[in-house]
Amino acid sequence: MYDVIIIGAGVIGTAVARELSKYQGRVAILEKNPEVCQGTTKANSAIVHGGYDARHGTLKGKLNKRGVELYPGLAKALNFPYQRCGSMVLAFNREEEQKLWALMENGKKNGVEGLELLTGEEVRQIEPGIAPEVTKVLYAKNAGITCPFNMTFALLENAMENGTELFVNTEVKGIKEFGEGLSLFTPQGEFQGKMVINAAGVHSDRIAEMIGDRNYKITPNRGEYRILDRKAGDTVSHVIFQTPTPDGKGVLVAPTVHGNIIVGPTSDGIDSPEDTRTTKAGIEKVDRSASKAVPKVPLRESIRIFSGIRASVEGSDFIIEPSKTAKGLMHLIGIDSPGLASAPAIGEMVVGEIQERLSLEKKQNFIEKRRAIPHFEALSNGEKEGLLKANPRYKKIICRCEMITEGEILEAIHRRGGATTLDGIKRRVRPGSGRCQGGFCGPRVLEILSRELQIPMEEIRKEGTDSKLLSGKLKGALK
Amino acid sequence: MMKDVIVIGGGPAGLGAALEAKKAGATSVVVLERDRELGGILNQCIHNGFGLQEFKEELTGPEYAQRFINQVKGEDIEVHLNTMVLDVTEDRRVTVLGDEGIQEIRGKAVVLAMGCRERTSGAIDLQGYRPAGVYNAGMAQRILNMEGYQVGKEVVIYGSGDIGLIMARRMTLEGAKVMAVVEVMPHSSGLYRNIAQCLEDYDIPLLLRHQIEEVHGKDRIEGVRISKIDEQWQPIEGTQQTISCDTLLLSVGLIPENELSEKARVSLDPRTKGAVVKSTMETDVPGIFSCGNVLHVHDIVDFVTEESRIAGRNAARFAAGALPRGKEVLTNPGKGVTYTLPHRIMLEDPDGVTLFLRSDVIYKKARVKVKEGERIVKEKRERLIVPSEMVQINLSPEDLSSLTGEIIVEIEGEEND
Ligand SMILES: Cc1cc2nc3c(=O)[nH]c(=O)nc-3n(C[C@H](O)[C@H](O)[C@H](O)COP(=O)(O)OP(=O)(O)OC[C@H]3O[C@@H](n4cnc5c(N)ncnc54)[C@H](O)[C@@H]3O)c2cc1C
Ligand SMILES: Cc1cc2nc3c(=O)[nH]c(=O)nc-3n(C[C@H](O)[C@H](O)[C@H](O)COP(=O)(O)OP(=O)(O)OC[C@H]3O[C@@H](n4cnc5c(N)ncnc54)[C@H](O)[C@@H]3O)c2cc1C
Repeated sequence: MYDVIIIGAGVIGTAVARELSKYQGRVAILEKNPEVCQGTTKANSAIVHGGYDARHGTLKGKLNKRGVELYPGLAKALNFPYQRCGSMVLAFNREEEQKLWALMENGKKNGVEGLELLTGEEVRQIEPGIAPEVTKVLYAKNAGITCPFNMTFALLENAMENGTELFVNTEVKGIKEFGEGLSLFTPQGEFQGKMVINAAGVHSDRIAEMIGDRNYKITPNRGEYRILDRKAGDTVSHVIFQTPTPDGKGVLVAPTVHGNIIVGPTSDGIDSPEDTRTTKAGIEKVDRSASKAVPKVPLRESIRIFSGIRASVEGSDFIIEPSKTAKGLMHLIGIDSPGLASAPAIGEMVVGEIQERLSLEKKQNFIEKRRAIPHFEALSNGEKEGLLKANPRYKKIICRCEMITEGEILEAIHRRGGATTLDGIKRRVRPGSGRCQGGFCGPRVLEILSRELQIPMEEIRKEGTDSKLLSGKLKGALK
Repeated sequence: MMKDVIVIGGGPAGLGAALEAKKAGATSVVVLERDRELGGILNQCIHNGFGLQEFKEELTGPEYAQRFINQVKGEDIEVHLNTMVLDVTEDRRVTVLGDEGIQEIRGKAVVLAMGCRERTSGAIDLQGYRPAGVYNAGMAQRILNMEGYQVGKEVVIYGSGDIGLIMARRMTLEGAKVMAVVEVMPHSSGLYRNIAQCLEDYDIPLLLRHQIEEVHGKDRIEGVRISKIDEQWQPIEGTQQTISCDTLLLSVGLIPENELSEKARVSLDPRTKGAVVKSTMETDVPGIFSCGNVLHVHDIVDFVTEESRIAGRNAARFAAGALPRGKEVLTNPGKGVTYTLPHRIMLEDPDGVTLFLRSDVIYKKARVKVKEGERIVKEKRERLIVPSEMVQINLSPEDLSSLTGEIIVEIEGEEND
């Protein structure tokens, strides 16, 4: 029997796992997909929000602020990308300027430091790309950007190194209470735990339903995006928002930690939590809105469009509370934006609650740090030489757009909770995320996956369970 | 390490340039190729139709490449495989990553011959999900012809470029069913002979002026919704239909791979997406030359070879300090022409000059005219000119000596869509 079972391996589930791995006890994460980080965490703006936007007095307000405080230390210990680049909210007229005032007041109440109101003139000095019509800007120095994939893999790897067990392809289909805890039913068998954490993202209301908690309702809300080539990377150096509307924070133009530019998202209520389609109307809206804030944003340098789904709930605050019907079950529901920014703080809070119930002992031998997979291109020439000597596999460039070597791909496969799919490799070390989107390296990565995992090429998947890439060997093929 | 001529890329352009540089007297010539073999994109083009002009026979891509590889082997030309060029500077220092680790090589002259890559779903805003089974046609070609795997059984092809057309036939021969080729333009963007031999011979429908509105299927593609579009590129209501398929091949254009050229501060032409060059194939950075698909996208490899010889010969001359300099005049695309290349011609070019150009639409009974003001310098008749097929016109040293100012290249003929 496990002490704690976490349902869902997104950034929230893995943040809880990592925090929990500081304590003794048996912990498992169950994930229905073949890979970690395949839900909402794979498709968002990657912003570590400053904390001024979430309404004062809400869980969001509290956890966002605390999350921002935890980021620098966490990113450093676990070696995932995080840049405190600062964010700007643009106002184009009087009415919007007033909203900036209100935002700043709210931020101050949340305890956010480093908020400033700047004039259009002042702003164009530090961010020349923004529209000449901008009259005022709320500047948040503490806002930043991260890589949600790398962050999640880092949290997971470190949790696993400290003993957490991961089960992929393990969808929870039913929950039952018994004497000491809860039973989870999955196609891989039954899992029993003293406590269960429901971190199932857009599906967390369904998990709640399984035990009879019917008072939660997630309304899926879709956000569509465009990613621009690294060539466009110097378009802006801060996260550029527009004044929020009742629909949310609106379309942003932001740098990514990998040197691209991201524009989006939209905000549209949809019927299905799985509906990650992009639409013509959505992408047109992104383009229009992004150009309003940053007139010269080079939309033609687009290399990918995609969308993600927010787990919105009524009242629009995070719901983090014990089940009303089952003892030992904690629900994390409605973790939409700023869920990523708050993730470290959510981990802290949830583990606090677990501790109240289970009083686990601290580990003496907790391993706090994790080494990232070396990114060859980002190293200095001296470091490159060193790496090449230590590991000749780094000589072989597999992805030419992003300059990813075979050495990086091998690590992505062989680390704890390693990649088993094409997209799993892409999210960990980036081959296929460049301008040719895997046109050249795709077949090579397939080959490496097949060789290293000893599964036939035809069995390798792009991402989801039914996403096999090849339909079979050619009849006359030699190999 | 200093070399006379460094050639970046071991495709037909790089090989042609290296051979010609050697022939023109360069002593040390190096070819740098990131792949595990020479030949470039030709290695995956196992269909025939290559070399009609160069060898007067129909070869397959690998056969065509092999003839050049053999010649290179017969010469004292250094070849480095598995060697990726990371950087080129204006003063021709080339940084490579290869078996020896990271190294810098200096060249008296450098020839850029990096080829091109395919446009992707992200570049064309393909709507819907992003499932498995959506391939670039060239990527699928590599998987079939070099790795020996089939990518799917029921195929839709978007874009009627040559690679897409060739793959329509290839996948059919391997037992797949090609449901349709969907093309947004009113005409195919592939060679006529490929439409006939790859689609018509196998009864594969070509849907002109159609677009793919949406991709269905989340894990693996299950179909596409298409519609007819009007002259303003808007979908015509009521023409929507869904075609079921497990594979979508994109053949939506090629982009010259000029990231290295940009590092070397070579100016690019927004129309060709390749370097701005003189008739010697020299870019606006002295001693750096460009040829092949990295310069502009070619449909026929013979033209690549021809162009690469010009580049290689002049790179050797530059390395020897013997590249003739002198008066240059601009070339401009005129009526009916989308672009001309080279951008400048040198009047004292001892070899004469070949102009390459593309038309905007289809012309029948066409005349290609090179004009200086109102004076016709050269004229050529063509039965048929289509945008997908490059046109060539030669100016002899005598033609050149008669020039004093800019020239314009025009096409006249019966326009056709
Ligand atoms: C468009 C958009 C923009 C955003 N921008 C930002 C931003 O800039 N900054 C920010 O802070 N936040 C942002 N967010 C919010 C942030 O992305 C989310 O809060 C966060 O990713 C949620 O993580 P999660 O782990 O709860 O969900 P997920 O990543 O979806 O993880 C849940 C996991 O549970 C698994 N699962 C579900 N059901 C089961 C089951 N029955 N059995 C087993 N496993 C199951 C899923 O497969 C999934 O892997 C944005 C969100 C969206 C959609
Ligand atoms: C898929 C396809 C099908 C075609 N079919 C036909 C046909 O049927 N008939 C016909 O006549 N023509 C055809 N063509 C056209 C013709 O074959 C090409 O135009 C020609 O091969 C281009 O030659 P190239 O040397 O310029 O480029 P490539 O053949 O692409 O060679 C470029 C080489 O440069 C290398 N390179 C690039 N960057 C670097 C770097 N940084 N460091 C080291 N090396 C590098 C690449 O690995 C590659 O080997 C086809 C073209 C394509 C793309």
